[in-house]
Amino acid sequence: MTIVKISDDALARAAGADKLATAFEAKGCEVQRTSSWGMHWLEPLVEVDGKGFGPATLADVDTILDGSSDKGIGEIAAHPFIAGQTRYTFARAGKTRPLSLDDYKATGGWAGLERARKIGSEAIVEEVKTSGLRGRGGAGFPTGIKWDTVRKAEASQKYIVCNADEGDSGTFADRAVMEGDPFALIEGMAIAGEAVGATRGYVYLRSEYPDAIRKMNAAVDLCAEIIAPFVVEIRVGAGAYVCGEETSLLNSLEGKRGEVRAKPPLPALEGFLGKPTVVNNVLSLAAVPHILTEGGAEAYKDVGFGRSRGTMPIQLAGNIKHGGLYEIGFGVTLGELVNDIGGGTASGRPVKAVQVGGPLGAYIHPDQFDIVFDYETFTAADALIGHAGVTVFDDTADMLGMARFAMEFCAEESCGKCTPCRIGAVRGVEIIDRIAAGGRERDVIELAPQMHNTVKDRGRTVAEEVELLTDLCETMKFGSLCALGGFTPYPVMSALKHWPEEFGQK
Amino acid sequence: MSDKSHIIGEIIARHHEREGPLLPILNDVQAEFGCVDSEAEAMIAHGLNLSRADVHGVVSFYHDYKSEADPRPVVQVCRAEACKARGVEQIIDAAKNAAGERVKVVPVYCLGLCSAGPAARTGDDLHVRLDADSIAKLVENA
Repeated sequence: MTIVKISDDALARAAGADKLATAFEAKGCEVQRTSSWGMHWLEPLVEVDGKGFGPATLADVDTILDGSSDKGIGEIAAHPFIAGQTRYTFARAGKTRPLSLDDYKATGGWAGLERARKIGSEAIVEEVKTSGLRGRGGAGFPTGIKWDTVRKAEASQKYIVCNADEGDSGTFADRAVMEGDPFALIEGMAIAGEAVGATRGYVYLRSEYPDAIRKMNAAVDLCAEIIAPFVVEIRVGAGAYVCGEETSLLNSLEGKRGEVRAKPPLPALEGFLGKPTVVNNVLSLAAVPHILTEGGAEAYKDVGFGRSRGTMPIQLAGNIKHGGLYEIGFGVTLGELVNDIGGGTASGRPVKAVQVGGPLGAYIHPDQFDIVFDYETFTAADALIGHAGVTVFDDTADMLGMARFAMEFCAEESCGKCTPCRIGAVRGVEIIDRIAAGGRERDVIELAPQMHNTVKDRGRTVAEEVELLTDLCETMKFGSLCALGGFTPYPVMSALKHWPEEFGQK
Repeated sequence: MSDKSHIIGEIIARHHEREGPLLPILNDVQAEFGCVDSEAEAMIAHGLNLSRADVHGVVSFYHDYKSEADPRPVVQVCRAEACKARGVEQIIDAAKNAAGERVKVVPVYCLGLCSAGPAARTGDDLHVRLDADSIAKLVENA
């Protein structure tokens, strides 16, 4: 019987993978629903004997089976998009059935956990430190140091909390892990538990990911005995972007408003329910099983650039020809990612801007495409890697509109706790609207004789509004409690800096 | 005891042993009734020994909880950066026109399908690579 592999990833399903699977079954094939290879422009991708066909439609079923299909891409593993990657976290992508314990074990699953149990907590933390793994959620804090803090804390109960509230536009790597390799994430959490002495773990998963919720719940049930005495529970969010911020997430998990907490105290010392808590992103935890295998930490460390060690699952999104998931060591340039690997824009028009790191990331001009993927390099360029989502825009993009959207989004999603974010974002939208309108006339209050400082014989110019916007962004950047208000200035200021003409500047 | 209080009682019983039971309870109540209204808030507050203000504060914080049920079908259309880059703003009017008063077209900020937008969600079904025609059809069939 012909074995046909089709992904059951949410994106493949949305593109019609389920109907395709049924059609192949009707032809007498054995259909295996695997994870996605990550080549999203080819989804639904059909794999027969290692060869790929995509994007496949129902009309292609017969030609794929009789070998006359013109949608063949040849050997999938040899495809340049796959062959060019260094896949540690996504080693199983495209190859295994996400909820098959047999597939997971046969591909080295649980080896990291077994070894972790043998070597003990101190040695586990050492391994993670050796690997150089830094938090993949955006801040890039060394994971080993965080774990060590929790390990050394004295408490009756400690927790592992996985931040799976992947709300950033242009990012989907967390979703890909949870839908494609859920056991790897759970294994990573169990290893973290072993390392710090925690017996309970929570995955805080956003409600916008129905497939991931279903699969993670199923996976937790399936492997409960393997990870025992460690227990993992899936918690579903309720549509608040700010809950991706770790302290806000903890409040939400406790059943409170998702408001940000002031730090200190660090969650590592006073986290969930006031107990020492490791809060890690999905990608950080999913990288751990590989690191804990024999020699894994060294192998991980040997890849990378500068102080950014290991691999980053980069997500190519937006208006890009070859969008999808590309895991590679740090050090790749943005130009290589967008033009060589991504193939430029999907629309065929010139690239105008690239936003790296989600809604709070800077817009990068093609002139800066030689910038390499590395935490420090990006910080120096007034940009951030964030969760490594790369969103490409073609030359039709309205950068003033995107800057306005960044402020609008911040206003909508602000938790309301600190003023620069809550009010600043609203004022930001207003200022950008005034810039778009070419400045404004003086209002009644400004014209009142008591307001002796205002210039009365003319309105406010665009240049003055831009100055005000710059000042507001400074305030938000340095005065906000968390990254939402603190980083919203990045997209705004970068748009202003690189495309001043769209803001009425020379 | 009314049906509603019975059901909410069962939901509370199912979750109250959890650490931080409020969100799981609210998620289930929202799914069951299509809203978390003030009556439900009072019942949950009573069940968890919280004040009604505490519960209302949480309910009003999250986008997913509605104060009253809306029987209309909902189509969530992603309006975030990646879908904007792929032209969602050019097709949103087609969706709104097709919707009229019958269907609720609401924005959502990211469904995680960013390489294949514009994307939309109806119930637990996801849709990608939408254009003006396909999004209108999606709304009509909602």
